Amino acid sequence: MKEPKAKMSAAAKNEAVWAWAFIAPTILGLIILNFYPAVNTVYQSFCKTGDFGRGNTFVGLANYSAALSAGETWHSLWNTIKYAIIEVPFGVVIALILAVFLNKKLKGTSAFRTIFFLPMVCAPAAVAMVWKWLYNQQFGLLNNIFHTNIAWISDPKLAWISIGVIGVWSVIGYNMVLFISGLQEIPGDYYEAAAIDGATGIRQFLHITVPLLSPTTFFIVQTRLIGALTVFDLMFMVMDKTNVALQNTQSIVYLFYTYAFTNGNKGYGATLVVILVAFIMIVTVIMQRAEKKFVFYN
Amino acid sequence: MESARAQARLNKFLMYLVLVIMAFIMLVPFAWMILTAVKTNQESISVNPFYIFPQSGWHWENFAEVWKSYNFVILYKNTLLMIFFRVACACLTATMAGYAFGRLNFPGKKLMFSLVLIQMMIPSQIFIIPQYLMVSKLGLLNKVSGLVFPGIVTAFGTYLLKTGYQGLPKDLEEAAAIDGCNIGQRFLRIMMPLTRSSMVSLGIFTALFAFKDLMWPMIVCTKAETTTLSAGLAKMQGQYGSDYPTMMASAVLAIIPMIVIYVIFQKQFVEGIATSGGKL
Repeated sequence: MKEPKAKMSAAAKNEAVWAWAFIAPTILGLIILNFYPAVNTVYQSFCKTGDFGRGNTFVGLANYSAALSAGETWHSLWNTIKYAIIEVPFGVVIALILAVFLNKKLKGTSAFRTIFFLPMVCAPAAVAMVWKWLYNQQFGLLNNIFHTNIAWISDPKLAWISIGVIGVWSVIGYNMVLFISGLQEIPGDYYEAAAIDGATGIRQFLHITVPLLSPTTFFIVQTRLIGALTVFDLMFMVMDKTNVALQNTQSIVYLFYTYAFTNGNKGYGATLVVILVAFIMIVTVIMQRAEKKFVFYN
Repeated sequence: MESARAQARLNKFLMYLVLVIMAFIMLVPFAWMILTAVKTNQESISVNPFYIFPQSGWHWENFAEVWKSYNFVILYKNTLLMIFFRVACACLTATMAGYAFGRLNFPGKKLMFSLVLIQMMIPSQIFIIPQYLMVSKLGLLNKVSGLVFPGIVTAFGTYLLKTGYQGLPKDLEEAAAIDGCNIGQRFLRIMMPLTRSSMVSLGIFTALFAFKDLMWPMIVCTKAETTTLSAGLAKMQGQYGSDYPTMMASAVLAIIPMIVIYVIFQKQFVEGIATSGGKL
C-alpha cells in the first residue's frame, strides 16, 4: 500500500490529486471548525477572560483549582449523572419492550411506531415547555387530575426525577427504532429451533433476543449515555433561574453555558468544558472495557 | 392445544394493552399542548373547576394572534434557511469526501480519515466558545450564515457516506473507467446517484439536528428577528411565561412543520435514523 511518492504511477498520481481535491473542503473545515477550536478551548481554560472578552491573561491552573474546589461543579456533575441514571436505563428498557412487541407483526404496528417516534421530531424547547406546564404545581394537568399538590420541578428532592421522566419520554422512540432494526437482523430460525426445544416467550427473549441484540443495545447505551451527560435543553427550558431546585438539577453543560455565555467568563467556561470532556473520555474508556465483557458478537 | 391458543390470545391482549397505554402517555403532552392553546387565558388557569376542554368554544384564532404578534414568519424563514444551507453544505462536502475515502487510494488517507473519526468522538461542546468567537469576529452574529457556520462540514456525514460508497459494487466503476471516464465523471454520473439513500439519511439527520438545536442559535442569534424557532421559543418563555395559551400555541406552531414532514416521509425518517444511528 505505502508506495514511495517517486514510484507513483501517473494513474495513481491522478487518483491522489482527485482524492485530495475531494477531501480538501472537509479536512480544512474540520481543522478550522473543530480541531483548532478544541485546542483553543484548552488554551482558554488556562486564561482569565478580560472585560468585554478582551485581553486573555494566562493564569495557569487558577481556573481549574477554582472549578474543582467549587461545590457547584461537583454538584452539577452529580446532577448530570443522576439524569443519566434515569434516562439511559429506563429509556433503553422501555424502548426494548416496545420494540419486541412491535416486531411481532401485530396489527397497527406502524401507527404505534409513528406515535412513539413523534417526540424525536419535536424541538426539545417545545417539549420542555409543555412538560413544564404539565408539571405546574397550581394549574398543571398532573396535580389537577390526580388531586395532588406536588412541586414536581421545584422540590429539590423530586425535580431531577421529573426532568429525567421528560428525558425518557423524549428518547424512547429513537431507541425503539434502533432496537427494531437490530431485532430484524436476528435470523428467524433461532426462534424456530428454540420453539422446537420448548422454549417460549420470556425464555426465548432472555436466551436469544438479549444476547443477539447486545451489539445494538451497547450502541444505544453508549450514544444515549454521552447524550445524557451533555444534556442542556431540557434543564435550560424547564428550570427557571429562580427555581429553588436549580442547584439540584443543573447539568454541567448548563453550568458551562451560564458561565461562558450568560456571565461572559469564557476562560472559566472553557475549564468546565475541559472537565466535562475529560469525564466523558473516562466514561468512554469504561464503556469500551465493558463492551468486551458483555457484548456478544456473532 | 386449546389452552395454548388461549394463552396466545392473552399474550396478544397484554401486548396491545401495554402499547395502548404507552401510546396514550406519549400523546398526552401533545394533546395538552393543543387543548391549552385553544383556551382563553382564564380557562387555562382555572382550577376549581378544572377544565380539560375549552369551555367558551375552541379559540383557533389564538394561533393567528401568536403568529402575528411573535413574527413567526421570520422565525420560520430563518429556521428554513438554516436547515437548507446546512443540509446542502453537509451533503456536498460529505459526499465528495466520502467518495474519496470509500473508493480512492491516496497517500495520507489513513491519517486524514483518523481526523474524521476523532472529531466524531469529541463532545461538540468543546468547539463552541472558539466557534462563537470566530463567528463574532467575522461579523456573522445575528445572521443566517452564523447559524450555518459550524455545520459546513460534517465528520459524521463523511463517515456515513464513506460506508455508503464502500458498499457499492466495483465493476460499475471499472466499466466506466474503461469507457474513458475520468474520476470526476465516474463520481458524478455513476457513483453519487447510487448513494441516494445514504444521502437522504444524512439530509434528514442534519435537518433534524439543526431544527432541534437550541444552544447555538441562542448564542449567535440573540435578536428576536434573527433567531430560529427553537431559540425563539426560549425567548418567548422568558418574556411571556405565564400566558399559557400563548406559550402552547407557539410551541404547536414551532413543531407542526417538522411533524407534518415526518408523517409524510415517515419511512425515510425511520430508516434514516436506524441506518445512520447518529446521535441526536
